[in-house]
Amino acid sequence: MSADPLDVDVLLADPTTQIVVCCGAGGVGKTTTSAALALRAADAGRTVVVLTIDPARRLAQALGLTTLDNVPRLVNGVGSAGGGRLWAMQLDMKRTFDEIVEAHSTPQRSRQILANPFYQSLSSSFAGTQEYMAMEKLGQLRTLGDWDLIVVDTPPSRSALDFLDAPQRMARFLDGRMLRLLAAPARAGGRAYLKVVGVGFTMFARLLTKILGAQVLTDVSAFVGALDTMFGGFRQRAEATYEMLRRPGTAFVVVAAPQPDALREASYFVDRLNADSMPLAGVIVNRVHRSAAPELSGPRAEAAAEVLEGQNSPDSQALTSAVLRIHAELMFVSRREQRLTARFTKAHPEVRLREVPSLAGDVHDLAALRVVGAALAGQS
Amino acid sequence: MPDTPAPDWPGARLHIVTGKGGTGKTTVAAALAITLAYGGRRTLLLEVEGRQGIAQLFDCPPLPYRETRVATAPGGGEVQALAVDDEAALLDYLDMFYNLRRAGRALRKMGAIDFATAIAPGLRDVLLTGKVKEATTRTAGGKRVYDAVVLDAPPTGRITKFLNVTAEVSGLAKVGPIKTQSDGVMAVLRSSQTAVHIVTLLEEMPVQETIDAITELTATGIPVGAVFVNAARASLLSPADQNRAMAGRLGVSRVATGLKLAGLDAKVLAKRLTAEAVEHAQRVGVQDESRERIGELELPTYELPLLPGPIDLADLFELADILRKGGVA
Repeated sequence: MSADPLDVDVLLADPTTQIVVCCGAGGVGKTTTSAALALRAADAGRTVVVLTIDPARRLAQALGLTTLDNVPRLVNGVGSAGGGRLWAMQLDMKRTFDEIVEAHSTPQRSRQILANPFYQSLSSSFAGTQEYMAMEKLGQLRTLGDWDLIVVDTPPSRSALDFLDAPQRMARFLDGRMLRLLAAPARAGGRAYLKVVGVGFTMFARLLTKILGAQVLTDVSAFVGALDTMFGGFRQRAEATYEMLRRPGTAFVVVAAPQPDALREASYFVDRLNADSMPLAGVIVNRVHRSAAPELSGPRAEAAAEVLEGQNSPDSQALTSAVLRIHAELMFVSRREQRLTARFTKAHPEVRLREVPSLAGDVHDLAALRVVGAALAGQS
Repeated sequence: MPDTPAPDWPGARLHIVTGKGGTGKTTVAAALAITLAYGGRRTLLLEVEGRQGIAQLFDCPPLPYRETRVATAPGGGEVQALAVDDEAALLDYLDMFYNLRRAGRALRKMGAIDFATAIAPGLRDVLLTGKVKEATTRTAGGKRVYDAVVLDAPPTGRITKFLNVTAEVSGLAKVGPIKTQSDGVMAVLRSSQTAVHIVTLLEEMPVQETIDAITELTATGIPVGAVFVNAARASLLSPADQNRAMAGRLGVSRVATGLKLAGLDAKVLAKRLTAEAVEHAQRVGVQDESRERIGELELPTYELPLLPGPIDLADLFELADILRKGGVA
């Protein structure tokens, strides 16, 4: 037996739900889903902020995100008798990183760090920085405490698990032994260091200098040195945010599409949340094709189209055979999607699922986003 | 070996295929590699992101770090494939320039290679693009080993950074092998031997990323080849009915008349099927806006149809055939 469908209205109306994290593989409509959930919660009376990552231009416009200043903006045209309001923001990862540096060091020290070439490449192009900064921003929004619900979109990575793993991977790297050893000569210097780390590492450092040039290592050393005095360890920070996600007020919504890859990712993610005892609200399967006339099977529709095409056809017959072929194609796609979704449900019978019909166009305005929200709640 | 360059990008031998994630760039790269192998030619399909996407697509075991034949093309041509691995590329490099293969292995055990590519992300890209350049320019007995090389490249968001290696490593060693290597790579990438193709869907976001990537690539002097529109839907309705449906004037009674002729109970069905046809028309119609924006780019454009996936080898040959008929020689 499978579980009841996911009811987002119950989830969003529950005052103990404080954080909703939308995860999933890239290209399944995570950003739109996050925005639609946030809007629906605000319409239902909650004070909500949605943290989006790289929204489509029109969705950003619909949310009033025309200036990219890395702070939440009140969205016009949202409000309810119950007093609900919606704020929206778009994550700027470099700026978020800069702000952490500025908040945790003296102006002079932070200028040094911001100008460091190694910091610049780390904050703009290091794999995992975006995930790390999304977590960081979530932590900041929560500390500000101006909202009773935070909805978070997650970065478009290849694997949905990256959102959970990348911050710690990055923190491990920054707090890592290798980085510290490399930085060591700049601070301790001398022979003692060589004795401790041994010949293998010395050879490694020499090789790195040869390949990368001495400047890179100097930059790294300077950066690590500055980091040390700045704040207590990246790893603790990442771990604290991770712990926050395990608390009862958090709900993970896994977003997928009825495609093999997206459902496989959703499956990995659900297993991972279970393994880490993180609270999973359910899975949303976006872009599902549904027929308005499932009583007419695909093969029967095709056969009927053939009958019509075999006749000396007046205009209405040409139209009808085309319409029948459209139906047959839709039935074929819909059957395949059902099989894929059924496979997922079989493997995860306890997981609440909601299938959302595919939209014909892009989301241009709040009205369209409300339609998406209604569909997420099963009203379509 | 016959070497007939495609008319849309004369002389190009290195085809770099990028696109927003989810647009099907691996599929298009694979189809292009098959097309370019027609008529007894030899192509190499490369991937650099460690995903083993090529093996999945061609339904073969994960590719080793060795060029492996994955398909034969009509007329005796063949497609070889290689998954370039950054660690292996670094070991090759250490061996080539420092004669340090054994030391390299020890470093790998220490996790040092991961570390080196992490503190200098540009290093990884130089190694990967270096391998691409090597395959493109490789000769044996005075002849090119490959008539064309097709790279399944990183997505549009990262492509310019990935290809613009000289800028990326400018902070690294100012002299020595890395500098020489990146200059050599850049010379090939900026030459007419190279064409960067962008795969898009007829949707807002992928088209926007296509336009952005073209602007960025052009600014770095790397030649853009073509736009490949993937998964395009064609209307099953006649042009007149397509327009009527878009305008919400598709007559239920006309559909009902036809259904009766086909021996179906038209009463409820006509209304439902008409609604489905109207939605179909809207989905097709909404593509036109994107198509117009792509048209404004004034680049060669190829359209590939939406196939009822998952894509298999037969689909790849079908797509390759469409590309060939569309003018990819």
